[in-house]
Amino acid sequence: MIAVKDLKKNFEGLEVLKGVDLEVKKGECVVFIGPSGSGKSTFLRCLNLLEVPTSGEIIFDGVSMTDPGTDIDKMRQRMGMVFQHFNLFPNMTILKNLTLAPIRTKHLTKAQAEQKAMELLKRVGLEDKAGGYPAQLSGGQKQRVAIVRALCMDPEVMLFDEPTSALDPEMVGEVLDVMRELANSGMTMVCVTHEMGFAREVADRVLFLEDGKILEEGTPEQIFGNPQQARTKEFLNKVL
Amino acid sequence: MEQYAAWKALLVAGEPTTAWQKFYVFFYQAFLENDRWQQYLSGVGTTLLVTLFALLLGVVLGVLVAIIRTAHDQQRPGKHNPVLGFVNGIMKVYVTVIRGTPMMVQLLIMGFVIFASSRDYVTVGALTLGINSGAYTAEIIRGGLMSVDQGQMEAGRSLGLNYIDTMRFIIVPQAVKAILPALGNEFIVLLKDTSLISVIGGKELLYAARGVVSRTYEAMYPYIGTAIIYLILVMMFTWLLGIFERRLRASDRR
Repeated sequence: MIAVKDLKKNFEGLEVLKGVDLEVKKGECVVFIGPSGSGKSTFLRCLNLLEVPTSGEIIFDGVSMTDPGTDIDKMRQRMGMVFQHFNLFPNMTILKNLTLAPIRTKHLTKAQAEQKAMELLKRVGLEDKAGGYPAQLSGGQKQRVAIVRALCMDPEVMLFDEPTSALDPEMVGEVLDVMRELANSGMTMVCVTHEMGFAREVADRVLFLEDGKILEEGTPEQIFGNPQQARTKEFLNKVL
Repeated sequence: MEQYAAWKALLVAGEPTTAWQKFYVFFYQAFLENDRWQQYLSGVGTTLLVTLFALLLGVVLGVLVAIIRTAHDQQRPGKHNPVLGFVNGIMKVYVTVIRGTPMMVQLLIMGFVIFASSRDYVTVGALTLGINSGAYTAEIIRGGLMSVDQGQMEAGRSLGLNYIDTMRFIIVPQAVKAILPALGNEFIVLLKDTSLISVIGGKELLYAARGVVSRTYEAMYPYIGTAIIYLILVMMFTWLLGIFERRLRASDRR
């Protein structure tokens, strides 16, 4: 579904990604782990072109994202993204947050969008918040709404950029529950996270990124149970 | 009327008069004699009209310049649009020239050089004020647009919204809320600056007051009266702005 070939990204001379290859199959949940500054977030943001890769190719469902002729807005409508800092729109009610994109992109009519938004809100237990504003929600609630906002576009892939890193420890669980449910429902997911428990339990494949390169990849059992690289072992010893 | 004539005669003759008599004579002379209040009233009308026109022009110009300049600055690296670059250059010159020269000088140039043959001083004045205000408003709006968290633009774009929709529904509404106090400030300055168009013959409030002064040789009452009228106008304006601001703050409820 997603194929990344030799992806490189420089920030003013600093080489953040030094050639990353990745293949994500439909329905797969891929989790990136690694120390901060290793380029995990940059890589994820390259997937929907929030960062423009310096070189390399990203192919999503047979279409090259990096080709200048590609209608990037159309492609992004098929890839949901969840951010570390939620990035809900504070000037709109929750319902408006959820329905703005589906309505404006003509993905759904207003009535359909509102129905879908309410259904999804119910699934994450926040249907009573539809008329409220983001400022009235807790961090965990905001992130659940942000996930629902992305889902309202019926994406084929969901990208999670450290979705629990800005949350109080108490609220991490409720967000991970939603993500777990999403993965179990067969959603294709690419996650960057520090939640090793989540990676171990939900991921189909774990990739350890270090210094702009994939150092090691494998099933959660392989990576957490029997890491091959010394650096992976060192990292896991520190975080587990 | 007879009261005024009688007390005026006392004053002119240098007879002793009470404070109340003096006040009555000067006040009557400044505002009531020959129905002078009508001149002030039509002056206020012109002032408000010029303010409104200049405000609209200023906001339109300001939004246009601010959005072009922001769009130029937010282009993806390596994807520079030459047309946008050229227009951005013009906008920069506009802002630099307008902010770099005094309002009064701009009015004199517009009134006596560029539109030297025009007799419609009020329109020329309103145009000049609008162009002037646009430059300041543009920078205020640009500041507001830049103050909105970059994550908002990313979130909008990641949902597949295009740049214009993201600006319109997400960035601009938040920017407006942030810049409202600064914008209100600019509007108040604009309202008061309309008094400057009297230098090119625009018949607004101060022009009316100066006319009265030159006919009665008495400056205090017309000018202080004018100051009070401006003050009242600005206070009304501030009040309206406060209402608007409170409405925009609805989303801050917790």
